Amino acid sequence: MISARGLRVRLGGSVIVDGVDLDVAAGEWVTIIGPNGAGKSTVLRAVGGLLPFSGSVGLDGTPLDRLPRRVRARTVATVAQAPVVPPGMLVLDYVLLGRTPYIPALGRESASDLAAVEEVLAALDLVRLRSRRLDTLSGGERQRVFLARALAQGGRILLLDEPTSALDIGHQQEVLDLIDRLRGERGLTVLATMHDLSIAGEYADRMVLLAGGRVVAAGTAWEVLTEELLARHYRVRVKVIDGGRGPLVVPVRG
Amino acid sequence: MIRAPRPAGLRPGWLAGGVFAVLVALVAGVAFGPVALPPAGVAAALLDLIPGVRIHSGLSPRETAIVTELRLPRVVLGLLVGAMLALAGAAYQGVFRNPLADPHLLGVAAGAGLGVTAVIAFRPATGDATAELPIGVPLAAFLGAIAAVALTWVLGGAGGRSRTPATLILAGVAVSAFLAAAQTFLLQRHIESLREVYSWLLGRLATAGWHDVLLVLPYAAITAVIVLSQRRELDVLTVGDEEATSLGLHPQRSRYLLIAAASLGTAAAVSVSGLIGFVGIIVPHTLRLLAGPSHRSILPLSVLFGGAFLALTDLLARTVASPAEIPIGVVTAFLGAPFFALVLRRGGVS
Repeated sequence: MISARGLRVRLGGSVIVDGVDLDVAAGEWVTIIGPNGAGKSTVLRAVGGLLPFSGSVGLDGTPLDRLPRRVRARTVATVAQAPVVPPGMLVLDYVLLGRTPYIPALGRESASDLAAVEEVLAALDLVRLRSRRLDTLSGGERQRVFLARALAQGGRILLLDEPTSALDIGHQQEVLDLIDRLRGERGLTVLATMHDLSIAGEYADRMVLLAGGRVVAAGTAWEVLTEELLARHYRVRVKVIDGGRGPLVVPVRG
Repeated sequence: MIRAPRPAGLRPGWLAGGVFAVLVALVAGVAFGPVALPPAGVAAALLDLIPGVRIHSGLSPRETAIVTELRLPRVVLGLLVGAMLALAGAAYQGVFRNPLADPHLLGVAAGAGLGVTAVIAFRPATGDATAELPIGVPLAAFLGAIAAVALTWVLGGAGGRSRTPATLILAGVAVSAFLAAAQTFLLQRHIESLREVYSWLLGRLATAGWHDVLLVLPYAAITAVIVLSQRRELDVLTVGDEEATSLGLHPQRSRYLLIAAASLGTAAAVSVSGLIGFVGIIVPHTLRLLAGPSHRSILPLSVLFGGAFLALTDLLARTVASPAEIPIGVVTAFLGAPFFALVLRRGGVS
């Protein structure tokens, strides 16, 4: 569960996020959309404890600034938009990094850490890739490995920054279906940012439209993805049509 | 069923190999020289030095004195210096996520060198190039090293977000040149200490005694303990600061701690051995290629293989042109410069 009140973030002297209120219920999937520079990623990084902010952020009822680093790392996991791929590192070792908040200083990974990683590898169909080097995998496979590392942290809250931006549409669907399945199986709370509005609308329980660092609309996909709201905040002419499982946003020439 | 790979870490086989390399370097370094001693007798004499062990080596008292008073301190110092330079190189490469980071390329060695030069230049002249180094030397070297690495870091980040491996190394080159100029200026003003400084610059291993070993041992121990305790953190840092933070670490705290420790190790090495280049690149890179990229294996193995490498290089430096000695820095540069080119060619810099 995530609840943010009056979230404000300043970066390099300018206000990037300006008083955002945001709630994500336990087990819910909320996707933040908005034009470039709206502050989507910044909100996500603040909620993940990666940026200084003012206002309040609560995770599962505890204020973020009262969580010690390691406890926070066991509560919330972030998958960055383009995570660094360390040269030569094996998939198994990369996913094991997710157990860092459980490994004592000077200690090494325990049998239960290894078991947790094996379980995650199996759930994400990565067992046969575990002795491969991460830098030799395809984009879709890498995205699954990044997810595996986040899940290995064992937290209930998953923050995903553009989880599909590097993937073709087939792999986009595959990864998002996977996240949705894991959310159901593990009771995960998901807060994501996405660019593709139609796909975002298909998977999110609720959406939040951010513009200029403020929330300008929030609600179901049908409430947020309207021709009028998108025209105003994206400066684009679109048609919104019924795709069966949600609204489909189609840009049209003026 | 696919067999599960073991997680990254120090493999017992590699550890045993490192210990073996150190032992070989120790026995060979002590046995070979102007007076050749039988390796078996040397090994026995060395075992005899361990408290509680009594072995008759068959060496004459004079030969035993050569072992314990002349050659052993030199080999031990070589082991310590090599271990420190390789460990510092591996730590800098991890901290800066830069395969070319090395005590010399970052300007750290030049800073330490300036510190040492200042101490020698400003003290009353002894006129004796083989005089024991003053106690304050490692400390002055450390202050110079820290100042240099801070300068390189700031200068390398002057372009804002464009801090790349190349800009950091360029900054290191500029800092090195500046500090070398300062050192030359200092020498010109204190011409009487020129001989002493140069004999130190070319490497003091030749005149090493137990005094030098005792002088650097505490610093080497502190460096090794701190750097090795951060070996897992360094692996996590390879995924970037933000990811490391989200995994519950303090990346900046680990980074400062490691830079301070690596600079201390470099300073200790430089203050007794002069400027010996490339060890910090050759050893960690070879280990990375052979034993894998994890710092949990690279760091401890750098201590062992770095020490063995330098002790054996020193053996080479004092035997190939015997009775003359080639400065050890010259030998490491002969080996290191082509190696450096190899690292560049392999595309290690991105």
